[in-house]
Amino acid sequence: MSASNVVAPPTTPTRKRPVRAGIRKARRGQARWAIYLIVPSIVLLAVVIGYPVVSAIIMSFQKDAGLDPATGLFVQGGFAGFENYAHWLLQQCMNASGQTISCPPGNLGSQFWNAVSVTFFFTAVTVVVETALGMWFAFIMNRTFRGRALVRAAILVPWAIPTAVTAKLWFFIFSVAGVANAVLNTHILWVSDEWASRFAVIIADTWKTTPFMALLILAGLQVIPEEVYEAAKVDGATSWQRFWQVTLPLIRPALLVAVLFRVLDALRIYDLPAILTHGGGGTGNATTTLSILVVDQIRQGFNSASALSTITFIIIFIVAFIFVRILGTNVVRTQEAQQKGAK
Amino acid sequence: MTTVAGPAAASAEAKAKSQTSNAAAKSKAHRRERGAAWRTRISAIVIVLWCLLPFYWMVVTSFRDVGYTFETTPLPTHFTWDNYITAFSTRLGNHLGQALLNSLFIGACVTIISLLVGTFAAYALARLDFRFKGIVLGLILGASMFPGVALITPLFQLFTNIGWMGTYQALIIPSISFALPLSVYVLTSFFREMPWDLEEAARIDGCTQAEAFRKIILPLAAPAVFTTAILAFISSWNEYLISSQLSSDATQPVTVAIAAFAGSQPHQEPYTAVMAAGTIVTVPLVILVLIFQRRIVAGLTAGGVKG
Repeated sequence: MSASNVVAPPTTPTRKRPVRAGIRKARRGQARWAIYLIVPSIVLLAVVIGYPVVSAIIMSFQKDAGLDPATGLFVQGGFAGFENYAHWLLQQCMNASGQTISCPPGNLGSQFWNAVSVTFFFTAVTVVVETALGMWFAFIMNRTFRGRALVRAAILVPWAIPTAVTAKLWFFIFSVAGVANAVLNTHILWVSDEWASRFAVIIADTWKTTPFMALLILAGLQVIPEEVYEAAKVDGATSWQRFWQVTLPLIRPALLVAVLFRVLDALRIYDLPAILTHGGGGTGNATTTLSILVVDQIRQGFNSASALSTITFIIIFIVAFIFVRILGTNVVRTQEAQQKGAK
Repeated sequence: MTTVAGPAAASAEAKAKSQTSNAAAKSKAHRRERGAAWRTRISAIVIVLWCLLPFYWMVVTSFRDVGYTFETTPLPTHFTWDNYITAFSTRLGNHLGQALLNSLFIGACVTIISLLVGTFAAYALARLDFRFKGIVLGLILGASMFPGVALITPLFQLFTNIGWMGTYQALIIPSISFALPLSVYVLTSFFREMPWDLEEAARIDGCTQAEAFRKIILPLAAPAVFTTAILAFISSWNEYLISSQLSSDATQPVTVAIAAFAGSQPHQEPYTAVMAAGTIVTVPLVILVLIFQRRIVAGLTAGGVKG
């Protein structure tokens, strides 16, 4: 360290040197402190996330242990190449004599694209509904009226309830003799009919997660100064115009971050469909999401399950990437700006 | 929420009143604003009912007699505490009491580890100037968005191989994967807003940076740390996916216990007992959240991470 200070370029004026060196030294001291402070977190995350992810990728290229079709002996897999991925993406299975065939209907492999479309369907519907409702909640909470504190408290209740309990609660509400059918005066089989079970999951998810959406959007709304609206009003903007041309552009960053978080969260949905519709619904896979398929596969073969979980991870990663690229979401910067605004 | 416009509403109206001199336009604007105030009130009532009614239904059902499970009266016609006794009974192979202790223990371990490690990282991210800060922040945020299923398969195999299936550490370790990033992120944003001048003052008075951190900043940061602890604890308390696969009857947390709650008949769902169990698990959490409402909302929107 001191060596680099000594061989400073000769053109540098002498009187400036101590100041610069002091700043550099302070910065270097800070950087050293920062490393000491951050390393434990990074190491711990590497252990609890990095290690499993890397080993899942390695496992996904191994064959599942099983009976060798030729000898009838139990063998440990060996290298599989992209076989496990082909199993999911192209529905290729091995038949008894070790040839590649397309998977029979009952096989988990044949459920892959169904699970993908169910997952994306849930994500699209819940995120759109929750964004719209969340925006409405946020607008109401941003107004001044008596009882606003009550609304703000009530909105936290669904958020505080564990998803597993939420699932059980809506399982009861949606039971055949339950209150949903009683109120609607219907006899819908909410947890076993194909489309009804999907909507049961969507309704329960909307109830549970809209508050979170509303709070994020509200945080964005509160940053907008009142004068902006006053100015728009003076200029004769209608409330519709004020919403589209003033509010929406101003909350856009906060809104995009909220939607991004929700999309990533919805793509890994597990608890609700797993408990509310016992992982199936309909003929058995109407609400089977990618996460549920992974869990179903675990006990049938780790390596195949690893390939599927890696695919799931890549799908989520790609969606996040597209989101950030196309919509220009800068999560970190938006969050910082919001905090500065809230100060 | 009353029919008479309160002083708050009145002042808001006065403030928002446009300065048109035309009396007719004035009364029209006035009427429109009264309408808007009404719409706000009705919306507020709808939102409160939508959020609270399902929760209310759970609590009410937990007090209904089993024979009257599906009655739709707002209050139970046959009030009973029996469901709470059934919920805690181990006769049918349910372990709610044990599961509550398990969840508390797992949650406490996860929270303590995450905060011990995360506080330091958050301090560095909020306070110190160094290269790759944006990358570290991005990594941590990315980690908190990480799908649980991507971890479960290798952990399942690893824990089977080393005989950790169904142990507490097998449930604590995966939970750190989402509790730690959440803690770092929320704490970082809290730390950015703290009065750091006091630290400078301590430095001038001769403290080292480490001393200033310990003697000045930690006591000041206690409320932020506490809020983060609640969020981390709730995220661990609510975890289901990984626990449902890696826990045993002896170590299962409440979410798993409630999801698998068994009734006296194999195909008969013990609704009232499950609602009682749900109420037991939820009510303390709801009370905690309502007490620390303001801080939790601040932490949630800062971290932007779902618990």
